[in-house]
Amino acid sequence: MEEKQNFTISVYTENKLGLLNRISGIFLKRHISISSLNVSGSEIEGVMRFVIVVHTTETWVKRIVGQIEKQIEVIRAYYHTDEETIFQETALFKIASSLLFEERQIQNIIKESHAEIVTVSPEFFVLSKSGRRDEIEALYDRFKPYGIMQFVRSGRISVTKGQMPVTTILKEFQH
Amino acid sequence: MELKTLKKEGKATPTRLKITGAEAVMHCLLAEGVDTIYGYPGGAIMPIYDELYKFRDKLHHVLTRHEQGATHAAQGYARVSGRVGVAMATSGPGATNLVTGLADAQIDSTPMVCITGQVPRHLLGSDAFQETDIVGISTPVTKWNYQITHAEEIPEIIAKAFFIARSGRPGPVLIDITKNAQFEEMDFSYDKCTGIRSYKPVPKADDFCLGEAAKAINQAKKPLIVWGQGIILGHAENELKALVEKAGIPAAWTILGASALPSEHPLNVGMVGMHGNYGPNVLTNECDVLIALGMRFDDRVTGNLDTYAKQAKVLHFEIDPAEIDKNVKADVAVLGDVKESLERLLPMIDKNEHKEWLGAFHEKYEEEFKQVIKNDLHPEKTGLTMGEVIEEINKASGQEAVIVSDVGQHQMIACRYAKFKASKSNITSGGLGTMGFALPAAIGAKMGAPDRDVVAVIGDGGYQMTIQELGTIFQTGVPVKIVVLNNNFLGMVRQWQQLFFDKRYASTELTNPDFVTIAKGYHIEARRVSERGDLKAAVEDMMASKEAFFLEVCVEKEDNVFPMVPSGASVSDIRLS
Repeated sequence: MEEKQNFTISVYTENKLGLLNRISGIFLKRHISISSLNVSGSEIEGVMRFVIVVHTTETWVKRIVGQIEKQIEVIRAYYHTDEETIFQETALFKIASSLLFEERQIQNIIKESHAEIVTVSPEFFVLSKSGRRDEIEALYDRFKPYGIMQFVRSGRISVTKGQMPVTTILKEFQH
Repeated sequence: MELKTLKKEGKATPTRLKITGAEAVMHCLLAEGVDTIYGYPGGAIMPIYDELYKFRDKLHHVLTRHEQGATHAAQGYARVSGRVGVAMATSGPGATNLVTGLADAQIDSTPMVCITGQVPRHLLGSDAFQETDIVGISTPVTKWNYQITHAEEIPEIIAKAFFIARSGRPGPVLIDITKNAQFEEMDFSYDKCTGIRSYKPVPKADDFCLGEAAKAINQAKKPLIVWGQGIILGHAENELKALVEKAGIPAAWTILGASALPSEHPLNVGMVGMHGNYGPNVLTNECDVLIALGMRFDDRVTGNLDTYAKQAKVLHFEIDPAEIDKNVKADVAVLGDVKESLERLLPMIDKNEHKEWLGAFHEKYEEEFKQVIKNDLHPEKTGLTMGEVIEEINKASGQEAVIVSDVGQHQMIACRYAKFKASKSNITSGGLGTMGFALPAAIGAKMGAPDRDVVAVIGDGGYQMTIQELGTIFQTGVPVKIVVLNNNFLGMVRQWQQLFFDKRYASTELTNPDFVTIAKGYHIEARRVSERGDLKAAVEDMMASKEAFFLEVCVEKEDNVFPMVPSGASVSDIRLS
């Protein structure tokens, strides 16, 4: 049996209403769940970039990328393994400010975590931590015994070590 | 007003250029060469129908009796003519009734543009009367779709719709137009779409891959061609014939590829797949080079993939990159337009013949003839077979008719035994297997190829799924010939129940109405045959008729279709009985 692993799919697209639905439908049709999804602008003006993480086999990720590339507004889609990408996620922790004074450990955890303090108010403070999933989870585990008021983690964002020559593709079209 | 005069006048007096969105739709359709539209009116598309009334001398609108019928008619029209079929419907239920036809066109790569009305923009999302999210619903079954909410978008989007539907691997496109956009006035000008920067419809075939393919073909001792609908969609019939003849390669076809090479061509060795011919199925697992041309290795073609052509070098000529290695791993993939690829390949091909190898197909055919074909076409039993009906149609039509089949046993029999001289002659629902397809598709086929005889071959089950389209035939007077092969069963399901479910005939027996009386109710000439002696004359009368004609043939109730590759079995384990 072919081994499952994490793949990061990068999709460069035009900005079109409904395209997210079209792309997510490709996963739905194949009963493959999306572990993480992020849609943002890209290095090219007006071009969107989807970063989708799936845990599946290479055979399936190839098929999925093939289907994604077929969509009219998709300029190009690529898939990469974790080793081929630089990636991270960002998490926000909302924690009661009282803990800063009541629990001495909290200050040490903040210092050691290299997390950023986003805001502090008399009631709560918000920490932002970017990194790999295991680093964020480790921080979560350290805060958990003291109580976390709110926690949220973003989808993965990633850039690849190799090239994705989308600009060239777009230029070729103009000629 | 003609589009050209409109433009000209517009330059002098810009104010005259203002037209409504609904009228703009008419000019767009005319600019795309549309002459026939299949559809059904309703509240949210009334402005467009109002314009259709004004344009009725240029755009022939065919009122079907159900929106599903409109899509299948548009498909039939597209499949025989090679042009884009057009269907229209209103919002809500009108739009949702298009879904089956869209899905059918998507899986069978049929170029079609569907236009739906939608509630006005300010009511979107309010659960207004007959509001439905047809863009959301149709997304998985369209090549592209778009919702227009402003009249100014109409020309550009319709131009894109036609370009996308017909280019590359064709497919269905749905354009949803809100009612306000149909009423609004706009400045009209039309530019045909010639390219979209994010869409590359035809990849360019690679010289190296073509060279590798030529080398493999020239070295092959037992080559087999399997061609699909790509040959027809890509207008590559002549190139296929040239390759087959130059290299002397036995060639077999998928159900949608049928008719691209004449049935009686000496190197045409028949149909592959679940109910295909014995030789090409068995010998798929003996060939040394398998040349797949414009086909996608559907599971009904390959049977069990683990045992499919494992010994062979696979050359896959294909326009859609997503099909490469999807089901069968290609040793050489030639991506591109199949016509162009074959044109470039042909000069590299050595003249050859494979007499002994071709002989193997003939031997298998003899076996199949003895065990299956003889009994199907020249039965000695009393009951009529579906095969002998098809054989009579072959004789009476001179193999010149377009055969439109529905889905089930009669479809397999029609595709196995119908003989064709010309391409685009076999119209059927292949990938989706849509019962109810044939009657409306035959209407579209006859309108798309008015000089040809069009014979719909339908089972008694599928016929009743879209039987209301008899009304369309009556109203338009379109002279289609309808043959219902009546065995009072959902025959294919019954066959599976017999073979794999211990003869538990769950909900497959049909108590049917008097089909002849029903046809007569629509003033269609109708005949019923239940004796062999009456068959020939009835078929001849039908073929000779200049009007629509209905022929019911009561066939043996519990006949089975063989050969058969049981689900999940290897193609070489095909059963003859």
